[in-house]
Amino acid sequence: MIGALRSEWTKLRTSPGTIWLLLAVVVATVAVSAAAVAGTTCRWGGCDVDPARLALTGVQLGQAVAAILAVLVIGGEYGTGMHRITLTAVPRRGVVLVAKAVVVSAVIVAASAAAVAGSLLATRPLLRRNGLPALSMDDGGAVRAAVGSVLYLTLVALLALGVATAVRHSAAAIGAVLGLLYLFPIMAQAVSDEKWQRYLTKLGPMTAGLTIQATKHLTELPIAPWKGLGVLAVWSVGCLLAGGALLVRRDA
Amino acid sequence: MRALIQAEWTKFRTVPGWVIGMAIGGVLIVAFGLLPGIQGSCGQPGSGSECVLPVGPEGQEVSDGFMFVHRPLSGDGSITARVASMTGMLPPGPNDDKMREGVAPWAKAGLLIKDGTTQGSAYAAVMLTGAHGVRLQHNFVHDKAGKPGPPGSARWLRLTRTKEKITAEESADGTTWTTVGTVTLAGLPQTVQIGLFVTSPQHAEGANESLGSFGSYGGPTMATAVFDHVTPVGSLTGTRIGGPANKYADELGGFEETGEGVFTITGTGDIAPAVGGPAGIGASISDTLLGTFAGLIMVVVISTMFVTAEYRRGMMRTTLAASPRRGRVLVAKAAVVGAVSFVVGVLAAAVVITLGQKVLRDNGAYVHLASTATELRVIVGTGVLLGVTAMLAVGLGALLRRGTTAVTVAIVTTALPYLLVMSVLPPTAGQWLLRIAPAAAFSMQQSLVEYEQVANLYLPVDGYFPLSPLAGGAVLAGWAVAALVAAACFLRRRDA
Repeated sequence: MIGALRSEWTKLRTSPGTIWLLLAVVVATVAVSAAAVAGTTCRWGGCDVDPARLALTGVQLGQAVAAILAVLVIGGEYGTGMHRITLTAVPRRGVVLVAKAVVVSAVIVAASAAAVAGSLLATRPLLRRNGLPALSMDDGGAVRAAVGSVLYLTLVALLALGVATAVRHSAAAIGAVLGLLYLFPIMAQAVSDEKWQRYLTKLGPMTAGLTIQATKHLTELPIAPWKGLGVLAVWSVGCLLAGGALLVRRDA
Repeated sequence: MRALIQAEWTKFRTVPGWVIGMAIGGVLIVAFGLLPGIQGSCGQPGSGSECVLPVGPEGQEVSDGFMFVHRPLSGDGSITARVASMTGMLPPGPNDDKMREGVAPWAKAGLLIKDGTTQGSAYAAVMLTGAHGVRLQHNFVHDKAGKPGPPGSARWLRLTRTKEKITAEESADGTTWTTVGTVTLAGLPQTVQIGLFVTSPQHAEGANESLGSFGSYGGPTMATAVFDHVTPVGSLTGTRIGGPANKYADELGGFEETGEGVFTITGTGDIAPAVGGPAGIGASISDTLLGTFAGLIMVVVISTMFVTAEYRRGMMRTTLAASPRRGRVLVAKAAVVGAVSFVVGVLAAAVVITLGQKVLRDNGAYVHLASTATELRVIVGTGVLLGVTAMLAVGLGALLRRGTTAVTVAIVTTALPYLLVMSVLPPTAGQWLLRIAPAAAFSMQQSLVEYEQVANLYLPVDGYFPLSPLAGGAVLAGWAVAALVAAACFLRRRDA
């Protein structure tokens, strides 16, 4: 297992795109978050936005970059035929996938921690300038939103890894992942029936998972924050298990 | 060229994944369209709760509710009056619970000639509005501006009937008159109703505008106008047209004759085409096409891979050896995948538009009527949207060559802007994005009509796009052409 982890870490570390993708996760998240807060105005004085959710809006774009990185970890090997060498070196295929998952989680946790911390720091003066409620880290809700967003990005990357393992083709995999993530919010938005809206929000990996960022009106949420993140975790574990089962049974 | 297209078609049709993927795209559009999403309307769930709207003389569904103080007029004749003052009440703001004083911008007080007192019948009216000056309106959809003038200032108005022609005049002092316009009400009977009217429409306003949340609030408004110098003097009867359309109707729809030729009239409602959105009701046929987004992602992924797969396998070298004129290869690829996507879009939209409306109506949802021409445009527009986006994806695939990058870029340019507009962006930013992004072409699916003379928040979320169908399609086409031209240049200059 140690050997497999080490080889996966070496492969990831030495791929030319990795560092750029990790930087892109941070930049995309911080930039969109800052733009979101800067563009928010409130008429009527008392405006009811959730400062944590607003200050972490960038996660919605950052997740796409995190998903690319995870997809390339396995899809890139299928693209070049590298996977045959990998599977010859480590014949226990489940171990390969676990090692990949661990390595991906490690780098994404690091990058998304930087992204979330950067977003919170960058939006602090903007929130004050626009007269929006400030975020205090003494507050349990804000801590949950910050830690939860890091976990959210990591779980999205694991979901992407599972999908890519099952699909074996980077382009198709990233299409499937982005489709899966973005489809539920658009459907929930377009369906005007409230029952269906709540149902779709509870079910979608992105919509349910992002409830972890909520710090206001918790009782009105379709699903409680940690439960929502749990829904995403079920999606991620499900995709990894499906990918793993296919990897073990299929021809390389 | 024919041989090239045939070659590309063979490549497309012999990869089962692509054919199945395209079919799934179509199935997704149909499946989401027939999902029983929207249920009930008019505040009641389930079937049998459909709102019934009156239909105007020109076939549109309309709102027709106002306080009418009138008398019959046989043959030709006229009425003159001065609107001395206009006051009103607006719905409470988001942070208070009392009605606010104020006149809605499209509150109307003036003179009206109508073919009887049934809702939806032909009419012509000259009126003073809350903030849009004097207007001459007839048959619900036609609106002509008179002089603007400061809001709240008194204005003399006159309406004259000569056979089927109605002439409207206005004056500031009652001596010098200017003609606002003349309209023809075809088939107006000998006896019509003529009189004074007041109405004030449903109000909607943005409460806050921010990324991630947009709050709107609103409700019915009312207006009170004092008319004096009403000539000819005679006995007038008051009728509330449209019944109690909202909760203020019972208490506020009334009139009082306070002196010789002086009337104080209070009304609420609107005389205008019916709209969707915050100040309107119901769903549109475009709502059944929400699955287009899912289909679009499928089409984009397959179209991009149609090019990048050749680079991945080295097939591109064979293709370019067989056809050294590289630009043509790109055109053939775009044509094949564009045509397939177009057909998928048209077939899926045709099924959804015909069956989806029925599903919504069976659920009891109110669906705005759309003409056959509009339905056809929406169906063909869905095909064009998918087809041209597929061509854009081909261009991006040829530019970027690497599958993962190309698919991500293609989804981020085509699908993500639409998602952002529909879910997180504030309306002004969203409308701006929908003018420049490829997603502008979603305007080809718009079936509701935006009326300048109906106060409403016309938002993309409710199916109102900032560009016309043609302009939106042109924006997408521009993107596709730019991507294909750039790709052709690079393809010619680069090593395969």
